[in-house]
Amino acid sequence: MPDIVVKTEDVVKEYRMGSNVLRALDGINIEIERGEYISLMGPSGSGKSTLFNMIGALDRPTEGEVYIDGQNMSHLSQRQIAAFRCHRVGYIFQSYNLLNVRTAHGNVTLPMIFAGIPEKERNEKAEKLLDMVGLGDRMYHLPDELSGGQRQRVAIARALANDPSIVLADEPTANLDTITGREIIDLIKKLNTGQGVTVISATHDLKMLDVSDRIVDIRDGLVERIRNRDEIEIEVGEVGGHE
Amino acid sequence: MQQQTPIEEQIDLPFVESLRISFQSLKIRFGRSIITTAGITLGIAFLVSVWTNNEIELALQESGRSSAITNLDEAAEQGISTKDIWLIIMSLIVCVVGIANSMLMAVTERFREIGTMKCLGALDGFVVRLFLLESGFQGFAGALIGALIGLLGAVVLGLKNYGLDLFFYFPLLPAQHENGAFQLGVLLIILFGCILGMILAIIGSSFPAWRAAKLPPAEAMRTEV
Repeated sequence: MPDIVVKTEDVVKEYRMGSNVLRALDGINIEIERGEYISLMGPSGSGKSTLFNMIGALDRPTEGEVYIDGQNMSHLSQRQIAAFRCHRVGYIFQSYNLLNVRTAHGNVTLPMIFAGIPEKERNEKAEKLLDMVGLGDRMYHLPDELSGGQRQRVAIARALANDPSIVLADEPTANLDTITGREIIDLIKKLNTGQGVTVISATHDLKMLDVSDRIVDIRDGLVERIRNRDEIEIEVGEVGGHE
Repeated sequence: MQQQTPIEEQIDLPFVESLRISFQSLKIRFGRSIITTAGITLGIAFLVSVWTNNEIELALQESGRSSAITNLDEAAEQGISTKDIWLIIMSLIVCVVGIANSMLMAVTERFREIGTMKCLGALDGFVVRLFLLESGFQGFAGALIGALIGLLGAVVLGLKNYGLDLFFYFPLLPAQHENGAFQLGVLLIILFGCILGMILAIIGSSFPAWRAAKLPPAEAMRTEV
């Protein structure tokens, strides 16, 4: 029996804009296994980022349920949701979302402060993580003094601060050039294979294809199809041919 | 589903930790903090100078000194004139609006930061507490500087009008005059200005901070200013 880490049941999300109702998600059902690398793909406006937010407990679905580790997210208290975001999930965003008032090191320690980890321990861990993402020499720089790729590395180190079992990445390479994007993807993939972290990434970056175990294509708020790795590899060849 | 480890409750952070984070934030955003604080300083300086000036005139009239402007001022009768009351009320309004506006702006441009902190596991209350501390400190510092500037302004004006007599009759402490007119005294006005500045700054920032903290993080991070 597969170990399901994320499960959505008929998830619907509507946004009200004045008198208009925009149905961003129209009944999404997916199951994600522990340790998988999943890419949610789709054009902008397809609802993939909305789905990403639902899975990460960053927003509430209008209808339907999201289960993570078997827990129904809508049944959690505010404190439990905060703890969930703190311990279970690491978030990586397109625009990095680093706190500009804190250094790289300060950004990585923040989730550990929230988790109540003693100062000495969290400082050591932040150093270790920043070393791992290749920023050992720029630890005490403010985000404004770092390049896009470096900022995303800080974000990755921060996402890993409390040893989450799931890493959620929303368009992590969209603001980066091809080579830096590739490096970031490799880094995320390394976490996935090396540490067994489940990676769920919303993307329309084709470079993400060949590292994904499965690709969920989202279109108009619905799951259009789910492709497995073996089906993907053939297509990557085609894509590569076009570049 | 094999693993069903229950999700624990998020812990509260010690107060010192909040204090440290908010001071760090003030320090690094020093330039921006100064601008916000300047808004508070100006409002309080205006209020305190108008009010103190009024108290000085009242005290010197009471003492029988005529001022250069008394003959111009139709309100030569004892007590605060309607015009003076209006002036104080107006300066109070300017002060309230000015401070609320600077704090609102300062918090609104940090919605994304609030959303991000919540993603990392911050409780709503923690976020609000950070802003409360930051704005309370900013409010107090700004208001104190403003009150001193306002006092200085009123003293300079008083010296021009009354010369050194000003210092003999300076209305530092509250006083009840024989004719029943009551004076608050400059010390209390300064204290009032400081507390007002701090309270306004806290209200002005904690309301939007509270609203942002209540939003789901996705929505807070989407907010563009």
